[in-house]
Amino acid sequence: MLKSTNVRAFLLSMLMLVLFLGAWHIWVEQQKGPAVDMDPEYAKLMGITAKGGSAMPGPLDVGRSLWGHITDPFYDKGPNDKGIGIQLAYSIARVLTGFLLAAAIAIPIGFVIGMSPVFRQAFDPFVQVLKPVSPLAWMPLALYTIKDSGTSSVFVIFICSIWPMLINTAFGVASVRREWINVARTLEVSAPRMAWRVILPAAAPTILTGMRISIGIAWLVIVAAEMLVGGTGIGYFVWNEWNNLSITGVISSIIFIGVIGMLLDLILASAARLVEYAE
Amino acid sequence: MSAVRSLHVVKSEPEGQAMSTPKPMIRVEGLAKRFPSAAGKGDTEIFGDVWFNVAKGEFVCLIGHSGCGKTTLLNILAGLDRASDGVLIVDDKEVTGTSLDRAVVFQHHALMPWMSAIGNVAFAVESRWPGWSREKVRAHCQKYLDMVHLTGSEEKRPAQLSGGMKQRVGIARAFSIEPKTLLMDEPFSALDALTRGSLQEELLTICRTTEQTVFMITHDIDEALLLADRIILMTNGPDARICEIIENTLPRSRTRSDMHTHENYYPLRNHLIEFLVNRSKRFKDEVSAATYDPKAPPVIRPSAASFADTAPSSRRSSA
Repeated sequence: MLKSTNVRAFLLSMLMLVLFLGAWHIWVEQQKGPAVDMDPEYAKLMGITAKGGSAMPGPLDVGRSLWGHITDPFYDKGPNDKGIGIQLAYSIARVLTGFLLAAAIAIPIGFVIGMSPVFRQAFDPFVQVLKPVSPLAWMPLALYTIKDSGTSSVFVIFICSIWPMLINTAFGVASVRREWINVARTLEVSAPRMAWRVILPAAAPTILTGMRISIGIAWLVIVAAEMLVGGTGIGYFVWNEWNNLSITGVISSIIFIGVIGMLLDLILASAARLVEYAE
Repeated sequence: MSAVRSLHVVKSEPEGQAMSTPKPMIRVEGLAKRFPSAAGKGDTEIFGDVWFNVAKGEFVCLIGHSGCGKTTLLNILAGLDRASDGVLIVDDKEVTGTSLDRAVVFQHHALMPWMSAIGNVAFAVESRWPGWSREKVRAHCQKYLDMVHLTGSEEKRPAQLSGGMKQRVGIARAFSIEPKTLLMDEPFSALDALTRGSLQEELLTICRTTEQTVFMITHDIDEALLLADRIILMTNGPDARICEIIENTLPRSRTRSDMHTHENYYPLRNHLIEFLVNRSKRFKDEVSAATYDPKAPPVIRPSAASFADTAPSSRRSSA
């Protein structure tokens, strides 16, 4: 039954993909109308758009471009022409650095907030005010104080990753079942042992959920941040392709961004499965 | 067995003297618990003026309706909660917090779901004897899991165990730290009748072989009659009090299958039902009317003989 569900869902996915690609292909082909009345010299200069069509590529063009990126991802022909593999590697490195720094700070603080109602109330106003701030709003402040565009993007990732992990850790720790803590208390368990053997495993699934939310947001934000600061990274790559009016390049990078985001989430999802428990 | 003979047997039973030993394991003296009342003015007393002892090796059950503070009382005995008034002495030491000498079996097993059955027991054993080697801990845990008939299920997670098996792990965990007293909070109330019956018998066997001191909360009369040497009856809350203490007049060799054939069974059972259904509600009148002393609540020994004489309050004359 499960297998047949899987097979049917897969076939349906394929059908939707084929329909979408087909519609896209037909739409793009229709744009390529007959040449408008125009000076032939000028028409020569304008190239394809002279025929009244647009620069909008079809699925075949994008497929060719994707294949080009996949077969040669790591070329480096100067600051404005690097392979997509290099650009993605820059972005992933920034996201992971910012994310891990945020985890290193958010999880211990979340633990303390979750354990102590006083800390929770004391931290609450700061969290409530800072959480809704767009991480990009921190960018000028980061650029001014850090004076390095790459490190500033890492800081922006750090700031946007910290809140979901902080809030989820605090919530997970605060909602550890009373009876598990009571068991540990009747066994005269020391505080570090209680934290390590009881509270952390009990809160781990909630903490991992927070980490998944964080890395998702971080991957969203890195594209915007790199568009702002430029230089390297997938965000800069997208903006560069737009400046080159290479819509094919833009669509290819959208697909790459989606796939990497999915992989990051999958890695954390499998980590979450390791700490999950059924009651 | 005639009614008269049974009275004679009851009189000469030796375990009655256990409760009059000079140094009981648990001494509860004037315990009270009050919460700030919902109305805002003053406190609501859940229970008060609670006095009783539990002798070493004795099995004592406390029966009462929900809301009389049974679980609160047990939590105070465990050291998880503080009394508003009164003193609690266990093994000649005043209780100020939790202790490995007082193991607790919780109502809903309270197993850690991320640990295996043996992991849950090992967590307790490692807390008790931190210096033990891994092999020694494992062997010790295995002994107690074998005792509760869980051989072969050591590596299963609680989610893979049935309700009865989970509570068996809970019992193994409590016994594994070899506590001086065992506190049980309605440990079988969440189980179906068949599982409950077999677990009661296992507990009875284990307690008899280990001579464990047990204080258990229940609302199941048959459970109390099977397991307990003495049964403490608590009135309804708020302002719950100990109404009286029943001495179990069934022979110590009783089992679940033959208990109901004994002639003292129905007098005991009727007395307890009468208490739970009627007297627990209107006990406040009894307190004011009779010469009720909270420090020494009436001790009742319902038996076929006393039942025949229609004298339910007949006290045990000192042998």
